[in-house]
Amino acid sequence: MGDDTWKDLFPGAFSQAFFFSSFNVRDLHTVDNGIMEHLYPTMDSGEWDVLIAHFLGVDHCGHKHGPHHPEMAKKLSQMDQVIQGIVERLENDTLLVVIGDHGMTKSGDHGGDSELEISAALFLYSPTALFLRAPPEEPEVVPQISLVPTLALLLGLPIPFGNIGEVMAELFSAVEDSQPHSSALAQATALYLNAQQVFRFLHTYSAAAQDLQVEEFHRLNNLFSKASADYLRLLQSPQGAEAALQTVITELQEFLRGVRAMCIESWARFSLVRMAGGAALLAAACFLCLLIAQWATSPGFHLRPLLLIPVAWGLAGVVVCAGLLATTELKLDPVVLGAVAAMGSVLHILWKAWAGWGSKRPLAALLPIPRPVLLLLLIRFAAFFSDSFVVAEARAIRFLLGSLILLLVAQLHWEGKLLPPKLLTIPRFSAPTGPSRHKGTHALGLGVGLLLCIRLAGLFHRCPEETPACHSSPWLSPLASMVGGRAKNLWYGACVGALVALLAAVRLWLRRYGNLKSPEPPVLFVRWGLPLMVLGTAAYWALSSGADEAPPRLRALVTGASVVLPRAVAGLAASGLLLLLWRPVTALAEATMGAPRMRTVLTPFSGPPTSQADLDYVVPQIYRHMQEEIRGRLERTKSQGPLTVAAYQLGSVYSAAMVTALTLLAFPLLLLHAERISLVFLLLFLQSFLLLHLLAAGIPITTSGPFTVPWQAVSAWALMATQTFYSTGHQPVFPTIHWHAAFVGFPEGHGSSTWLPALLVGANTFASHLLFAVGCPLLLLWPFLCESQGSQKRRQPHGNEAEARVGPEEGEEEPLMEMRLRDAPHHFNVALLQLGLKYLFVLGIQILACALAASILRRHLMVWKVFAPKFIFEAMGFIVSSVGLFLGLALVMRVDGAVSSWLQQLVLAQQR
Amino acid sequence: MKNADIKRLLYTHLLCIFSIILSIFIPSFFLENFSVLETHLMWLCICSVFVTAVNLVLYVVVKPNASSKRSSLSYKVTRFLKCCFYFLMSCFVFHVIFVLYGAPLIELVLETFLFAVILSTFTTVPCLCLLGPNLKAWLRVFSRNGVTSVWENSLQITTISSFLGTWLGAFPIPLDWERPWQVWPISCTLGATFGYVAGLIISPLWIYWNRKQLTYKNN
Repeated sequence: MGDDTWKDLFPGAFSQAFFFSSFNVRDLHTVDNGIMEHLYPTMDSGEWDVLIAHFLGVDHCGHKHGPHHPEMAKKLSQMDQVIQGIVERLENDTLLVVIGDHGMTKSGDHGGDSELEISAALFLYSPTALFLRAPPEEPEVVPQISLVPTLALLLGLPIPFGNIGEVMAELFSAVEDSQPHSSALAQATALYLNAQQVFRFLHTYSAAAQDLQVEEFHRLNNLFSKASADYLRLLQSPQGAEAALQTVITELQEFLRGVRAMCIESWARFSLVRMAGGAALLAAACFLCLLIAQWATSPGFHLRPLLLIPVAWGLAGVVVCAGLLATTELKLDPVVLGAVAAMGSVLHILWKAWAGWGSKRPLAALLPIPRPVLLLLLIRFAAFFSDSFVVAEARAIRFLLGSLILLLVAQLHWEGKLLPPKLLTIPRFSAPTGPSRHKGTHALGLGVGLLLCIRLAGLFHRCPEETPACHSSPWLSPLASMVGGRAKNLWYGACVGALVALLAAVRLWLRRYGNLKSPEPPVLFVRWGLPLMVLGTAAYWALSSGADEAPPRLRALVTGASVVLPRAVAGLAASGLLLLLWRPVTALAEATMGAPRMRTVLTPFSGPPTSQADLDYVVPQIYRHMQEEIRGRLERTKSQGPLTVAAYQLGSVYSAAMVTALTLLAFPLLLLHAERISLVFLLLFLQSFLLLHLLAAGIPITTSGPFTVPWQAVSAWALMATQTFYSTGHQPVFPTIHWHAAFVGFPEGHGSSTWLPALLVGANTFASHLLFAVGCPLLLLWPFLCESQGSQKRRQPHGNEAEARVGPEEGEEEPLMEMRLRDAPHHFNVALLQLGLKYLFVLGIQILACALAASILRRHLMVWKVFAPKFIFEAMGFIVSSVGLFLGLALVMRVDGAVSSWLQQLVLAQQR
Repeated sequence: MKNADIKRLLYTHLLCIFSIILSIFIPSFFLENFSVLETHLMWLCICSVFVTAVNLVLYVVVKPNASSKRSSLSYKVTRFLKCCFYFLMSCFVFHVIFVLYGAPLIELVLETFLFAVILSTFTTVPCLCLLGPNLKAWLRVFSRNGVTSVWENSLQITTISSFLGTWLGAFPIPLDWERPWQVWPISCTLGATFGYVAGLIISPLWIYWNRKQLTYKNN
């Protein structure tokens, strides 16, 4: 009775059953109350041989509230009462077995392999005395698989064939018997039966599979024959000494444990060929990324052969390999085929590279990464091979990121870009935030701000279980687990404040670049949909953090709202993204869509002043793309009145779309996390903003020609993604996966579907990977955005009127910002490709290191604890990042296409 | 001229190294149970005092930039006070940077601060001695093509190598070797010391090696 999983696992196995739905983790009482209703009547009826009662409340309470919550205390004392009740009703020939199927971590979850999770209590009770001796102070640990043979033998059933557990010998002591050695004999008999069964299994297994170690197998064989001979001899002469019986018992136990150890050893085997092949493929792919990122800037570079030829080669490889395998009549292994395909596609380019390299390329050209960044990447690469560094990666990554940032600032200074010579003449030191608004102090402030952000985000850390002295941040737990009302309210306020600040920052940014003025649907969505999302999120948090305190009348409403609200937010975000994809141009399209407006726009005297202003926003951006006659009129326009420089809708059209998309993505992801993580998300946006500015300070703006994103930018971006992964309370181990994310919007559970909860948990875990990968194109776009700031600052001393207005003569040197990218479409495409490849390379290096570490250190003590989970998480993160990167680039391309058609429309409308 | 300068540089640097070695061995004659690792804070103070003293003495004796036009007492006093202020400021700045880098904020404050003091001793004190409390000159020295003499060049190298040593000193902290020197901030202070010593040794050699390529604006 109880958990209905039993019904699915063993249909029809029970003569009488009372099952209750088990999947809803929020529900603490249904299953337990159901059991208690039926347990005692069933016990008293006496119509049973085995009675299984599976309570779920403690488990669910752990998931929901954690181990240190008043609810848990209530639940535990309830369980105590249940056990007491059972003990009172037990008859003399009944054994009560109380077991937990798992333990729980400090946060109350389980599913991993930490000591806390895999150790659970075992309580055996019978009215007759079970143990002859008093139990030892520190009871021995019983493997869970030992329950099977023990219970089977106690019930008088044969031990199942596949069992390799060992009976708990203490339970087989016959007390009533008067014979002196009877209990030892009973134990020896039980062990002998058990050993016989295991021996049979082992023989059958070794005949079928060849993977057991031969020597060990023979040793165990001999051990068993000796022990069984001893046992049979003792049986024939039962007056044998106690000592002889004890030796038999020890021998049998040694045999059983030996078998278990051997099986564990041999069932964890590795395919070295596949490991080496995979690592080689990864390395080749990384190398390719590097190579193509280099080639991309060379003049005779074409995209198409890059795509088609490898595919052809890969297909050819597959065909050849399949043919070979078919002729030699070997089994077709899809893994091998896939590997051959990948190898084939890579080979061609490698060969080409080899040919090209031999003739002209110097070695230095192959390592285009600047030396400090190379050193940093090397350190990162090497750190994956040390379990201490993997465990302490959260701290190490913050350290590396901080170093990179300081390095950037120092490099700026070294190159003389940080402090213009003017400041060098000022004798006294002025604080970084002082009145002088130089780019240099600005960069210094950015660096300090970044370090501060990283340090603050580091406060939200979860400790790896390997460092017992460390205390996880208490801020990672959901607000529902907090007890104090006042602190809870304060925190709730802070979280909502973070949300509002995030929203306000994004809107401010969009307004600053003038992207909030157009009446396009995405802009309207940003204006109205985002606040709605914030509202929904805040309301959901309020409900979920205080749901238990709601009066009973409102409970139905509360549960309904906690279903509807997250879905509504996610739906809003999705619709916003769709809108953005549909109409990605956030420039002022109003003035250009209709032909009549267009005319008023271009004849400056007939239009109302508002459209005059509109015109002034648009024209400076598009005049390059207009024909000569428009240009002529444009100049007339300019000579008429003051121009506005502050509006750069077209200049920031790409990054506006990116930022909007990122914000829309961030909100549903935010909802999947605990409430207080919203502060980290705010920090995330802030620090990526600061980093982009800092990086942009070091990148010269190339007017036309190859645009490149420097390596340090890409590495810093990747480091920041990992840093955010940690500061959102994740660790690359299974015990710390935030399972509760699966229940956001689905408090009743998901029924039988698994992909949706998997998606939700995955989105929670890899949120930072996704966000940073999608935002990757910003690295390319941002320096162009900052161009406007530079020019504005240059102009500030000129006029002391409103900062946006400048004289017409300066309109000519209008910053084109991102429109520069449009002027050189080939370079733009190449730069996007190069950026993607560089990012993939930096991530690929990480996953290569993880794979190598997990394969080289496969016999390391920590391989299952540290290296293998790290590899799995890194691989998943890599996949998510690649998809995100692809999406981000696709979004930029979509905007690009939309801008082209928009401009075309504009020109057409003009020609009419 | 240049060779003589390099020779003087080498001797002064050897004296600095000698002062660090002295700071390790001399106190054990006067103090019970003194050792660098166990009474680390004590050693930090002593080392800082020793290196500062040697630097000051060397500055007074060698006079690398021997043009002080005004030599009135009040000027000297204000200059000295300014130097002290700069030193304190640099200690605080280093402390803040350590905390930003992940040093604990409240626990081990004294340790972190003394670490900042010793790093200031290795970096700020030579700067103060050579360049005076003149931030403009500091910024000039630590930028490309900013050095104007052998002394400044060596200052650049020793300072950078001290920072590098400190940075590298942080790496062993997460390792599970459980050595007494892996505790914050001991490994970093040791790293800083080794970096400083390495810088002291390397800079004369490097300048000697590259003396053909090095051309200073003033020389």
